Amino acid sequence: MDLSTRYMGLTLKHPIVVSSCPLSDSLAGIKTLEDSGASAVVLHSLFEEQIRRENDAFDFFLESGSDSFAESLNFFPHISDGPKDSDRYLNKIRKAVESTDIPIIGSLNGITNSGWIDYAKLIQDAGAHALELNIYFLPTDISLTAQEIEQRYFEILKAVKKAVTIPVAVKLSPFFSAIGNMAKRLDETGADALVLFNRFYQPDFDLDKLQVDPRSSYSSPDEIRLPLLWIAVLHGQLKASLAASRGVHSPVEVVKYLLAGADTVMVASALMKNGPQFLQVLVDGLEHWLTARDYQSLEEIKGVMSKKNVSDPGAFERINYIKVLESFENPFTAGHY
Amino acid sequence: MTEQQLVTVDGNEAVAYVAYRTNEVCAIYPITPSSTMAEWADQWASEGKTNIWGNIPLIAEMQSEGGAAGAVHGALQTGALTTTYTASQGLLLMIPNMYKIAGELTSTVFHVAARSLAAQGLSIFGDHSDVMAVRDTGFAQLGSSSVQEAHDMALIAQAATLEARIPFIHFFDGFRTSHEVNKIALLDDQQIRTMIDPIKVREHRARGLNPDNPFIRGTAQNPDVYFQARETVNPFYQQTPAIVQKTMDKFAELTGRHYQLFEYTGAEDAERIIVIMGSAAETVKQTVKALVALGEKVGVIHVRLYLPFDEKAFLAVVPGTTLKIAVLDRCKTPGSTGEPLLHDVINTLTEAFTTDELANLPRTIGGRYGLSSKEFTPAMVKGIFDELSKDKPKHRFTIGINDDVGHTSLDYDPGFNIDPDNVISALFYGLGADGTVGANKNTIKIIGDIPDFFAQGYFVYDSKKSGSQTVSHLRFGPDPIHAPYLVQSAQFIGCHQFNFLFKTDILAKAAEGSVFLLNCPFPAEEVWNHLPRYVQDKIIGKNLSFYVIDATTVARESGMGSRVNTILQTCFFALSGVLPRAEAIAKIKEAIKKTYSRKGEEIVLKNYAAVDQTLAHLYQVTVPETATSTLAMPPIIPIEAPEFVQNVTAKMIAGLGDDLAVSEMPIDGTYPSGTTAWEKRNVSDFVPEWKPDLCIQCGNCSFVCPHSVIRAKFYHQSALDSAPASFKSAPISARGFPETRYTLQIYLEDCTGCNLCVSVCPALSLKESGVKAINMKDKEPLMVSEKENIRFFETLPVNDRARVDFSSIRGAQFLEPLFEFSGACAGCGETPYVKLISQLFGDRLIVANATGCSSIYGGNLPTTPWTKNHEGRGPAWSNSLFEDNAEFGFGFRLTADKHHDLAVQLTRQFEAELGSGFIRDITNARQKTESEIRIQRERVAELKAVLLHLDTEPARDLLSVADHLVRRSIWIVGGDGWAYDIGSAGLDHILASGRDVNVLVMDTEVYSNTGGQMSKSTPLGAVAKFAAAGKTVAKKDIALQGISYGNVYVARIAMGANPQQTLLAMREAEAYPGPSLILAYSHCIAHGINMQNGLKQQALATATGYWPLVRYNPALRQADKNPFVLDSPRPRRAFKDYAYNELRYKMLQRTNPDDADRMLELAQQLVNQKWDIYEQMATRKGSQFHPDATFSE
Repeated sequence: MDLSTRYMGLTLKHPIVVSSCPLSDSLAGIKTLEDSGASAVVLHSLFEEQIRRENDAFDFFLESGSDSFAESLNFFPHISDGPKDSDRYLNKIRKAVESTDIPIIGSLNGITNSGWIDYAKLIQDAGAHALELNIYFLPTDISLTAQEIEQRYFEILKAVKKAVTIPVAVKLSPFFSAIGNMAKRLDETGADALVLFNRFYQPDFDLDKLQVDPRSSYSSPDEIRLPLLWIAVLHGQLKASLAASRGVHSPVEVVKYLLAGADTVMVASALMKNGPQFLQVLVDGLEHWLTARDYQSLEEIKGVMSKKNVSDPGAFERINYIKVLESFENPFTAGHY
Repeated sequence: MTEQQLVTVDGNEAVAYVAYRTNEVCAIYPITPSSTMAEWADQWASEGKTNIWGNIPLIAEMQSEGGAAGAVHGALQTGALTTTYTASQGLLLMIPNMYKIAGELTSTVFHVAARSLAAQGLSIFGDHSDVMAVRDTGFAQLGSSSVQEAHDMALIAQAATLEARIPFIHFFDGFRTSHEVNKIALLDDQQIRTMIDPIKVREHRARGLNPDNPFIRGTAQNPDVYFQARETVNPFYQQTPAIVQKTMDKFAELTGRHYQLFEYTGAEDAERIIVIMGSAAETVKQTVKALVALGEKVGVIHVRLYLPFDEKAFLAVVPGTTLKIAVLDRCKTPGSTGEPLLHDVINTLTEAFTTDELANLPRTIGGRYGLSSKEFTPAMVKGIFDELSKDKPKHRFTIGINDDVGHTSLDYDPGFNIDPDNVISALFYGLGADGTVGANKNTIKIIGDIPDFFAQGYFVYDSKKSGSQTVSHLRFGPDPIHAPYLVQSAQFIGCHQFNFLFKTDILAKAAEGSVFLLNCPFPAEEVWNHLPRYVQDKIIGKNLSFYVIDATTVARESGMGSRVNTILQTCFFALSGVLPRAEAIAKIKEAIKKTYSRKGEEIVLKNYAAVDQTLAHLYQVTVPETATSTLAMPPIIPIEAPEFVQNVTAKMIAGLGDDLAVSEMPIDGTYPSGTTAWEKRNVSDFVPEWKPDLCIQCGNCSFVCPHSVIRAKFYHQSALDSAPASFKSAPISARGFPETRYTLQIYLEDCTGCNLCVSVCPALSLKESGVKAINMKDKEPLMVSEKENIRFFETLPVNDRARVDFSSIRGAQFLEPLFEFSGACAGCGETPYVKLISQLFGDRLIVANATGCSSIYGGNLPTTPWTKNHEGRGPAWSNSLFEDNAEFGFGFRLTADKHHDLAVQLTRQFEAELGSGFIRDITNARQKTESEIRIQRERVAELKAVLLHLDTEPARDLLSVADHLVRRSIWIVGGDGWAYDIGSAGLDHILASGRDVNVLVMDTEVYSNTGGQMSKSTPLGAVAKFAAAGKTVAKKDIALQGISYGNVYVARIAMGANPQQTLLAMREAEAYPGPSLILAYSHCIAHGINMQNGLKQQALATATGYWPLVRYNPALRQADKNPFVLDSPRPRRAFKDYAYNELRYKMLQRTNPDDADRMLELAQQLVNQKWDIYEQMATRKGSQFHPDATFSE
């Protein structure tokens, strides 16, 4: 069975890609994912904000209490300019690329224009095969208009595309008034792939402590509904590849996403729960499903159920709402200090 | 001569730079003020920097200076070029080896940042007591007087020792030179190589022990030959001065810097001269130049090579016209006829005169100056020359103090000033860690880097670790700056904290017409009315140009957060006139680019913006013609303070301690207890506020408060009748206390704002998010009412200890702390333990305190925290040394045991007067519980009353020891540097003694007091000074060591993990009649943590299994019960979850990420292994542990 797929110019041996999660934190973890059958790995995001905060915290604690008492003018050895936090990330990319045979996709979350451009270049220089822009931006400032927010996405994408030659994917949240149009314009701006969708930060409340509880939970299979809809809608209308993200817990969701028109299917929660070896269950399940229906290759099912191809396209438009319960703890903004 | 590279460095770095390049091995141990030399060496080695032979010197931290000297001796005896750095008591610990090293004619240089010795009190500051105490060891002594000279002499000493074979002490003044930042010409490797003779290096190696050419050295000698053998070295000493001079001459050829063994400066026809060494020689030299210019016939002989003392070379520089000489020593030899240099000079002159080599014998007098970094100024030099002008000058004198007891001190005019016109002097007043010192060091570098500019910086810190004041003394000018004394008159005064105006006379040193910059929250048009009267008077009287900046606002608005250093630095550059304004601003921006470009263009731009915003918000204040303020500096201490505190302590607090006369000082180092209570430091603008309605009265906040500012009392509700309206209380929540109210009183003026109380408060509001029963609030609005409330609170009776449940945290809050308001860091992890022993056992407690943080916050003047209870009883405290604390406290026990037995014995002689029943009761009293002790105290009081009445010789004798009939609680307290390293052998010995001593080790896992150097307690994987690449060896488990004796009570505690276990362990340890050892996890600023999370880190240390809580109680073994109790549950978190909250672990992630991963993995393995061992021990039978003869009857 030919399970191979093309994803923003990369040829993958099958469509199941490990999305950014703690399993790819270490080089050993990345190797394990490869050994378990991942077709590609998206590394955890390089958060510019996090790097900056870590640097600030580092400097703060390094200097804390210094020049205060004659016997202890400081408390740590002077450190010469060693590798920065970003260097560690880049180093990991470099090593991952050297020691694995699967595509390694860097992921970036910037907050400043220079951050997006500089780090994108560095990720490319470190050897990443592609880059995913995780435009993680919570517009809590209610004076910002939708246009301003959308414009920010286009500017970032434009700047990054100008800076690098490797393929660039944009990971989106579903919270746009006109998500379809947004996807179209990102496609026109040069996105090589769209990843639908980001699991957005949605904190809970702890009623005992009267505190905001930022803990995340794993995704659930129900969460595929929203991405499924939009992949089905967008399939065939864009140049960019489509990656489905959220809610993959069994081969069933993989198949559904592919039928909707996804080129790849991202998985993380299921692997966190069941271990990297669960990848093989997904791949085997997909192959089994295809074989049972006598398909010859993966390409044959891509988009079979898309809006373009489905027998009743109106079914997509009659869906009024989808309930999605989710929470997301950003491990980087949780902070260590 | 090659072109010189000019750098701005401090004395320690200047010396270490040379020592590192000219040695192969360096054995080190931290001691102020020399520690940074060792830190540099370790740093450079970890960075792979090489010596002049292209290899990286081996740096080894030892367990003490004694150990360092032993290692140095060993390395030297096997042929390695070896050095060490030390000071003070450290040098004294090296003495035995120094005799050996010299006796064996071994080439080495010990670099000493000369420091006072502990006598009536410890001092970290500079004088020559230490180097003069090792005169007899056989080491040559070469002294430096400046940063440049220290750099140069380090090389000259090294070159000379290789040729002379005599070991050298190269010394320079602690702090004054070791910590002064100055611009120097740096020796390059080629110059250093040229100075070090490779043949001599190989000869040194060849003299090393070598089994291929065996010999023995270090024999035991008998009366027949020892004496003759001792005399064999004489020719080497005779040749040494010539070798040193030859080396100095060669050095001069290479560098253009000429030095002499004895260097004369002054009038050719001088009649009065001063002989002196060390940094003060520079001061005298500059003063002499100024006086000669005024026509005075004065001169100075600067002694560089003190030992071997070359009499001929000395006589050669004494002008023939000399009539009188004053010899100045920076040390004291009590009871002698004079100090060492005086003796050598008199001896030389007299011998020359009696052998007709000298025509006239000048009248020679000797004086002491500058002990413990006491200032030595040109005015004092002038005073000494004036004394020499007298017909009958004082033969023995002191200068710089008022000795109204021995009448040794000379008068002088403090107004005498020799500052050249082309030097700009500046003074900056900042708060410790507020960035002022760092910014000033940066300023010196910036200006020092300009080719034709010279800069000097010296920084003065007060003795507190939290909320301390720093004073930066800076000078700038077109010529090298030789002024090793504080700024006397400043053209620029920067006050970076507005409230300092109400604490210190900030403008005391302001020169006429100088610039005064004040950082304050008030706009230029309003600030005048907020100034105290004296400030207004001085601004007008001295005609100052007065500027204000609101740095906090500028910082916030330009995106700098709370960092005000760039802003205040910009003000100095703009106003000081050191450089033209435009050039100055360009320089500061250049420096910003250099510093921050690594962090990104945006950070650079943000700092640029801060500079521009600063200039836009820097305003000159229009100074009115007359002063109008009615604001005065508040009294330093309240008028109700005792006389000594009023007369002496208050002056020290006010920074006027220099004015105190000898007669005002205690003669033997004895000071009253409890003086911190009089010093309201008001360190924090934020303080906790109590919410009685939410409080569950658990006592946690009070238990953990490092500064004892949270006090609890319960009392009958009727007491509230006279309470101020704002006084808070709640019904007590305990059962069995009808009509009883509870109050938690915050001593807000003593709070450091650490937030630990809030972090441990378990009582959350059910209505308001984030509100607890105790919350941090702005202090200012609370001040008036809370001060009144404190006064009322103090009128409430102290709770009866017999009514308090000692065994719970809830109960312990009612025990009066007899350790309060120390100068420890905000959020200190040690002081809550110290406070707890004072609460539990304070009224019968004697503390032996090892030198370190706890001896500093516990015993550094001006005010000390150990205090008395309402009955006048309280902890008696002393500090002996760093290394001997276990033995010192053991001595307390010996006295207690001896005098207790003596008291019992003597009491029995009074059967007729006291009755046999009373004697039986008082001599056999069981004194375990508080009520039993209380009853025994009553018996002793009764006994004393009877004895006083008897008034016989035996009665008086018993009276002198009768207090010992109340059981004393002896605690030996210190940090891990003491317990794991320098005092380890002593600690081991007293644990093995079986005697009833209690040892509290406050384990911060580094030498905290000297700035975070590795100890044997430092955990694997943590970065510390001397372990810059992460410690590779696991922490020593001294709990297991203690347990191995079988008769030692051992506990490992962590207040933040389990306060109840802490309390239990303290009480069990004290009750146990043998030796006890408590290892207390003490979070520390040196861990690189947010101190308000200190207790959370403690909890995590335990939850991850890194710090298992245990108690080993030998008393349990009797009943075959397992004496080993594991008090913490199985690890439920990964070690990483704890470790990576701390910079000491995270640092390695940045410097060497791969190794960080490996270390972390090993550290986790260690945690697992240790836990397995402990768990196994916890399941043994009692009989499987070592027997203990004390209990196995």
